[in-house]
Amino acid sequence: MNTWVTVLAACALAFLLKLSGYFVPARLMEGPRTSRISALLPAALLAGLIVTQTVAGSGGRIVLDARVAAVAVAAILLWRKANFLVVVGAAAATAALLRLSGWT
Amino acid sequence: MTSDQAVCDARRKEVVRQGISVGVATGLSGVSFGALAVAAGLSVLQTQALSLLMFTGGSQFALVGILAAGGSGASAIATSSLLGIRNGLYALQTSQFLQARGLRRLLAAHITIDESTAVGIAQKERPLQRVGFWVTGLAVLAGWNLMTLVGALVGNALGEPETWGLDAAAAGAFCALLWPRLQTGDGRATAVLAAFIALITIPLVPAGIPVILAALAAVVVGLMAHGRHERGEDGLPGSDPLP
Repeated sequence: MNTWVTVLAACALAFLLKLSGYFVPARLMEGPRTSRISALLPAALLAGLIVTQTVAGSGGRIVLDARVAAVAVAAILLWRKANFLVVVGAAAATAALLRLSGWT
Repeated sequence: MTSDQAVCDARRKEVVRQGISVGVATGLSGVSFGALAVAAGLSVLQTQALSLLMFTGGSQFALVGILAAGGSGASAIATSSLLGIRNGLYALQTSQFLQARGLRRLLAAHITIDESTAVGIAQKERPLQRVGFWVTGLAVLAGWNLMTLVGALVGNALGEPETWGLDAAAAGAFCALLWPRLQTGDGRATAVLAAFIALITIPLVPAGIPVILAALAAVVVGLMAHGRHERGEDGLPGSDPLP
């Protein structure tokens, strides 16, 4: 799929999702089951994204490289209540330095 | 009357200040999105289009992350949209106090994100809720887009993304987004199950699909938790450090 098509289709859907809340009657979404699942959805997707971004290699192989160390550093910094940009910067620096040193 | 007026103005100013500071802080993170998106192979224009038109950070990071990993456009769109569902849920709440019509409603919808919702619903009176929502949403929109452009231009000049660890930076960004959602037991259980699902399905299905399968963890934990709790309050608006 063309990248522009992907970008614009995803943008359109993002907007429609936001807009839907202004038109959908609130009670349709208020079931405890529905609201519980949708509240947990971001956690599930983000955890899935972290795993795939960290260990997926080409052709569906699991690869343990500098990215694993970078995520470990990110987790420690988050536990120490570091700011978003610090966490992202430290993760990048960890991977970059490990690669520079030839470890992975 | 005049002293009431003064108190009201002071509170209004406080809400405006709050909104602008959230806009500046969140906007700064746009640098990392801009740099990552061009590292993922998007053009500066495509990167900017995402920040301007999609304008919801988690979804934007997910889209470029999946494309960078070689996932299909369809799986990138599906994941970014699943992450965007929460904005629709926020809108159910913000629509109660905004009462916007016509074009204003379209603009309100566009800036219905974690931050604007959080600052809006945190206020006690309706006029202040509106001020909080609009100021925060517009401040984040401006800051996020400006800094995305900076990040995209810098990222373009850097060259090979792996040399600078930009692939790992994406994983770091997702960790930071996930972190506030691990405060509840259900959140932690969901994340662990989702990570497990992703791990075992990576070798089995094409890139991008494991993330969508990981979403099932929310369904499983959500259904199991149902009955143990009376109402879902995790994943509160404003828990993310991004729009």
